[in-house]
Amino acid sequence: MSTQDTGSSTGPSYRSVEVGLAILIMAFGALVVAGSISAGIRWGAEGPKAGFFPFYIGLAIIISGAINLWSGIKPDSQGGLFAEWGQLRQVLSVVIPTAIYVGSMPFIGLYVASIVFIGWFMRWLGKYSWPMVAAVAIGMPVFTYIIFEKYFLVPLPKGPIEEWLNL
Amino acid sequence: MEEIANLFHGFAVTLEPFNIMVMVIGIVLGVIIGVLPGLGGANGVAILLPLTFSMPPTSAIIMLSCIYWGALFGGAVTSVLFNIPGEPWSVATTFDGYPMAQQGKAGEALTAAFTSSFVGALFAVIMITLVAPLVASFALRFGPAEKFAVYFLAFCSFVGLSKEPPFKTIASMMIGFALAAVGLDSITGQLRLTFGYTELLNGFDFLIAVIGLFGIGEILLTMEEGLAFRGGNAKIDLKVVLRTWMSLPRYWMTSLRSCVIGCWMGITPAGATPASFMSYGIAKRISKNGRNFGKGEIEGIVAPETAAHAAGTAALLPMLSLGVPGSPTAAVLLGGLLIWGLQPGPMLFVEQKEFVWGLIASMYLGNLVGLLIVLTCVPLLAAILRIPFSIIAPVILVLCAIGAYSVNNSTFDVAMMLVFGVLGYVLKKCNYPLAPLVLAIVLGDKAEEAFRQSLLSSQGNLGVFFSNGLVSSIMVLGLIALFWSLIQEGFTRLRARPAL
Repeated sequence: MSTQDTGSSTGPSYRSVEVGLAILIMAFGALVVAGSISAGIRWGAEGPKAGFFPFYIGLAIIISGAINLWSGIKPDSQGGLFAEWGQLRQVLSVVIPTAIYVGSMPFIGLYVASIVFIGWFMRWLGKYSWPMVAAVAIGMPVFTYIIFEKYFLVPLPKGPIEEWLNL
Repeated sequence: MEEIANLFHGFAVTLEPFNIMVMVIGIVLGVIIGVLPGLGGANGVAILLPLTFSMPPTSAIIMLSCIYWGALFGGAVTSVLFNIPGEPWSVATTFDGYPMAQQGKAGEALTAAFTSSFVGALFAVIMITLVAPLVASFALRFGPAEKFAVYFLAFCSFVGLSKEPPFKTIASMMIGFALAAVGLDSITGQLRLTFGYTELLNGFDFLIAVIGLFGIGEILLTMEEGLAFRGGNAKIDLKVVLRTWMSLPRYWMTSLRSCVIGCWMGITPAGATPASFMSYGIAKRISKNGRNFGKGEIEGIVAPETAAHAAGTAALLPMLSLGVPGSPTAAVLLGGLLIWGLQPGPMLFVEQKEFVWGLIASMYLGNLVGLLIVLTCVPLLAAILRIPFSIIAPVILVLCAIGAYSVNNSTFDVAMMLVFGVLGYVLKKCNYPLAPLVLAIVLGDKAEEAFRQSLLSSQGNLGVFFSNGLVSSIMVLGLIALFWSLIQEGFTRLRARPAL
């Protein structure tokens, strides 16, 4: 991915992300076409086969992706930065912990994972005091437990601690 | 005249103290369900259905329908305050509602959304009361080709009326269609596009995509700017509510048009989601403030909210008169009627007059009570805006995760939500519209089913989509919407050409 220097700040260029995204979309279209062909794209006993409709959708994705790719590489396409590196770091500071939160959920349960996640977010990014962090980080999962599990009878993923507490 | 007398009798039934109590409880529960992402009206009604088993059928259906009205109202709250549509039909409300909240006009946006919802519902209830038999017989003429034509019109309106480049809109929409096609094919029962992954058997639920693309994506976009929350100065009081009410009559034409679109889409039954999108698209094209749509224009809230509520309410008409549910929530309500031993259909109006007219009267009162409750709670709801972003962001992320999980009780869906979130962030920054993607995920299955059934009936002849006046006119309208920019450009050039 190419980077661009605008004097005061640097980051990936809009054009490089635009081109990369268009190629990704075309690859997705090719995947849809391949999957549709294996499902059958011709006329069967029940009319059009399962892959008939998605096959043409896949083709439309590839064609529109190619046109977007062309407009992305044209000399008069939009220039400038997609985002500054600092901004992307901010975004990743949420994406990575959220991915860890989501990944840990099947093993430690939603409630414990939520307490750790909210606590980390407030303490590390928000610089809140521990009592404030504890109030929100514990209060929120307790509230969701009452609303979802008790009132609406929606079971949420639990881990060893919830099982130990017999929740 | 007999209908009016029946309606008054229905009001007498609804105004019994117990029925008023269940109405208020239903509305409050519905608002909570509507606000929580992932817990839609259909889910809420389904979950709370057992609560009503001990009630008389009329009270039970009043409570369940009021949960529905509450959910319709509540869906606008998160759309305006956090850019997270609580319901799919609230997606279009985010386009102008959220920018208004960012400009410190959350009170105006919420008041406009709630009031428009009320107006849409009221129009649809009056329509149900007066023209029910006529409209129901017309809806009977809709076959698969007509249904597909309605979907075609909704999708074409998006491509033609979008402010983003058309091929980006098409790419976005087609990705949505492809995602909707993943899993079990409803016609042949065959698996497709799963590539051997069992997690993909059920396909992609639109709620997962909506929560990820809009909820997570918006938080990531906000994080680019750091932790400063931009909606913090929203001030809401009775004056704001009254001022907004004073300004709303200016948009009477938009409201009326949206009511008609909503009723039409609710009965056909395309549903509240395409109704809200179509109404928004048409308002954007016709309105003299169209250029400001997407930047925080109050008319951009009036159009989708009015249409969505009109459609949501009108969807009950075919359910009651024909036994054909017009929406997922209407389908759940129909299930409730069958549990109580009531058979929906034309005979219901003859055999269970008290029940039918009690329900219709509760639609009038339920929406009025709903409007009063949500407007009273506006200051409470808008106070959420004053909470710092570093507190509200993780809370929203946790709520999104819960919402995504509760759709299918699957942690895979939670992971997909995050993937959609990152995708939404990149797509939005690259000027790809997200709404057509979501719309295609929501309606992809139904559109494909209607398309294939039409082809099956015509042995593959595409002429079936122009086989009669009704389907032809809808298809032609769709084509006009699709090529609207080119048509407009052609007209402009023609006018600019010097006269010979």
